[in-house]
Amino acid sequence: MNAFMLDGVAVPFEGGDTLMAAATRAGQHVPHLCWHPRLGQSGACRLCTVRVDGHLAAACTTRATPGLVVENRTAELDNKRRLLVQLLFIEGNHFCPSCEKSGACRLQASAYQVGMHGPEFEEFYPHRPVDASHPDMWLDLNRCILCKLCVRASREIDGKDVFAIGGHGIASHLIVNSPSGLLGDSAFEASDFAAEVCPVGAILPKRRGFAVPIGQRPFDVAPLPAGPSLPTDTDDDTG
Amino acid sequence: MTSAQDDAIDAVLARRGGRRDQLVQMLREVQSHTGWLSRPVLARIAAAVGLTPAIVEGVAGFYRFLHLKPIGRYHVLWSDNVTDRMLGSHGLAREMCRELLIEPGKVSEDGLVSVGFTSCTGLGDQGPALLVNHHQVLTRMHARRVAELADLIRARVPVTDWPAEWMQVTNPVQRADVLLGSEPLQGQALRAAIARGSDATLGEIDVSRLRGRGGAGFATGTKWGLCRRALPAEGSSRVVVCNADEGEPGTFKDRALLTLQPDTVVEGMTVAAYLLDARRGFVYLRGEYRYLLESLEQALARRRSRGLLGQRILGLEGFDFDIDIHVGAGAYVCGEESALIESLEGKRGNPRIRPPFPVERGYLGQPTIVNNVETFCAAAHIAHRGGAWWAGIGTEASTGTKIHSVSGDCARPGIYEYPFGVTVEQILHDCGALEQGRRTQAVQVGGPSGVCLDAGEFTRRIGFEDVPTAGAFMVFDHRRDMFEVARGFAHFFAHESCGFCTPCRIGTELVVRRMDKLAAGYGSLFDEAELDELQGLLHGTTHCGLGATATNPLRDTLMRFRAAYERRLHATHFVPAFDLDAELGPARRVTGRDDPLAHLERYG
Repeated sequence: MNAFMLDGVAVPFEGGDTLMAAATRAGQHVPHLCWHPRLGQSGACRLCTVRVDGHLAAACTTRATPGLVVENRTAELDNKRRLLVQLLFIEGNHFCPSCEKSGACRLQASAYQVGMHGPEFEEFYPHRPVDASHPDMWLDLNRCILCKLCVRASREIDGKDVFAIGGHGIASHLIVNSPSGLLGDSAFEASDFAAEVCPVGAILPKRRGFAVPIGQRPFDVAPLPAGPSLPTDTDDDTG
Repeated sequence: MTSAQDDAIDAVLARRGGRRDQLVQMLREVQSHTGWLSRPVLARIAAAVGLTPAIVEGVAGFYRFLHLKPIGRYHVLWSDNVTDRMLGSHGLAREMCRELLIEPGKVSEDGLVSVGFTSCTGLGDQGPALLVNHHQVLTRMHARRVAELADLIRARVPVTDWPAEWMQVTNPVQRADVLLGSEPLQGQALRAAIARGSDATLGEIDVSRLRGRGGAGFATGTKWGLCRRALPAEGSSRVVVCNADEGEPGTFKDRALLTLQPDTVVEGMTVAAYLLDARRGFVYLRGEYRYLLESLEQALARRRSRGLLGQRILGLEGFDFDIDIHVGAGAYVCGEESALIESLEGKRGNPRIRPPFPVERGYLGQPTIVNNVETFCAAAHIAHRGGAWWAGIGTEASTGTKIHSVSGDCARPGIYEYPFGVTVEQILHDCGALEQGRRTQAVQVGGPSGVCLDAGEFTRRIGFEDVPTAGAFMVFDHRRDMFEVARGFAHFFAHESCGFCTPCRIGTELVVRRMDKLAAGYGSLFDEAELDELQGLLHGTTHCGLGATATNPLRDTLMRFRAAYERRLHATHFVPAFDLDAELGPARRVTGRDDPLAHLERYG
């Protein structure tokens, strides 16, 4: 059987597997935001950066080969992940206490997972209007982390191509395919896979608030696993 | 849309056959008629190519030279490389805006003119340089010319009627060697290759130990051999791409080759096509070099008429190969080969996930080689004169010659070709960097993604084993502030980040904000520590090489020119990026107070 080593554990894989796919199937956890087992690979968030035979690489885009030695939850790598999560938090407008996704948000859970207690850099505070045009769903790009899961879900699963990426650099943004550019004028439906795949609170159903109390939400009940050597912020009193 | 614009769009769509892979070319050509790309225009193009309007908008929004909002009928962009700034471009740009009564980056109220900045336009030896309407270039700008230019714009004189001498681009070859010193090849290399056979000619490329001239330095023979082993799909063929997306700031040697030696470039591509049995070729010409398009098309036409391109090349049955020129639209990242291929296919220029590498699956999934302009020139000469001849030039690890684009603080900027192994000192001496009491403080070799050397390192040698280079050689004398040089490069990388991956998209922007904070006088040791942390993150976690090298100037200048930073680190404790007391200014104005109690106690 083909296998590679992930933090000292043998992970079996099949031909064509990425490190991420094989590790997930084997019950191992590699931190990530932009990967989903049902969707094509992307490599955008970089949270799954691991050391493969000593070299940094994204686990979600690296093909498994026999005998690879992969480091995953080391202090060095979790520190890089903490920085990446820090960057995502300052890029958008993320106010966890007022967000319906809190406790079910993968960005928030990833922050806890890698020991982020508060913002380390100053926020960019971008101006991003909320799109409330759709009868059933909110589109709040203040929380978008450009993981492109909705783009891929709408294309690959829903067959609709409701979303695309526009702009470049720090001005990159999600665009909606409709004559007005608004979600309400698009083919988007609440039953789309793209409507449930958002890892943050950018795409949320309307008229549903606090149905599950804070403290009983998915990541409250089952947090993402912390690494063996949980790093701490240099400025620990902000949390 | 006017009916004339309507007809023009129809003509473009018809000529491009509604083909999706031609999307970037269509957008460029349509915009040249409509001025900018409105939603109705995008929707028409989308319908013609069978894509959603959102995807087409996403493609258009990726490229700096495609506009989703109106721009001036005269759209004037100042090249914003450090060498242009050293020649006074910012002052001249301010003067131009003052003359035209506009703000930089904004369109005049009557829609006549907009003035802005763009990344290096590849005219560092004859700046300050301008790019007008994404087509014409103006060189050697000075105050009087700026005033005259403003008059012409106000009088609505067409750009084609502007003084020809303003648009003169010279290619000062200050030192020629085997590439620039040879007559352009007109089939000699092809005949030699055919006589020798494709296996033996590929063997010559291997023997030459030629390495790619675009920066990465991959062995050309190995790349071509890998491509040859990969099989194209039934009915398709391998693809030969010339990377003429010369975007690295301070580099302009490909401009010279495309102007002085287009035949040799195309001959190299055609030799590659012969070895790889490729029928299809592209020259990816950066948008800033649009002004070279006509002369390059003429060179291709000339070669077709001489039987050196097209069907049955040199009368050889089955040797069919032709080349299309694809004009870029302002995106540095498209110099990365997989991003370049995405762009060729009409998409956003995001680098691809690799493997598969382009030699296996490149343009439209077919085995593809992408090589630099200079690499094809060298390969043509190697096919003509043999690999051993080339391997006898230069050093053991770096064979042959390398062409340098020399600019900055020197008496004789221009094009210099040297065998590998030349010292930095020798180039500085030859270009007159040490004349007239000048003292060279630093040289940026290979552009901002290369390396910054200080005076203690000028005895080092150019070559893959010591100081590798993609061709830029920017000289900074003792008057220059190396922090400002690095800050300019930080802005460049943030401007050119494709935005795909987290560390590059946000990290490059954060580096810019930190360095601007230092420049504004609010620096502390905390900022330096954070810059260092970001630098560490970008080396290794990014999706492509742009992000991985984006903090090289920061790393190099922090290491070598610390004093330039320390001058700006006023405090050992944290200092915010804004002045707390100044923020109270509006409140003081409203209340008419300026007494001590209306001010914060001075901190720090």
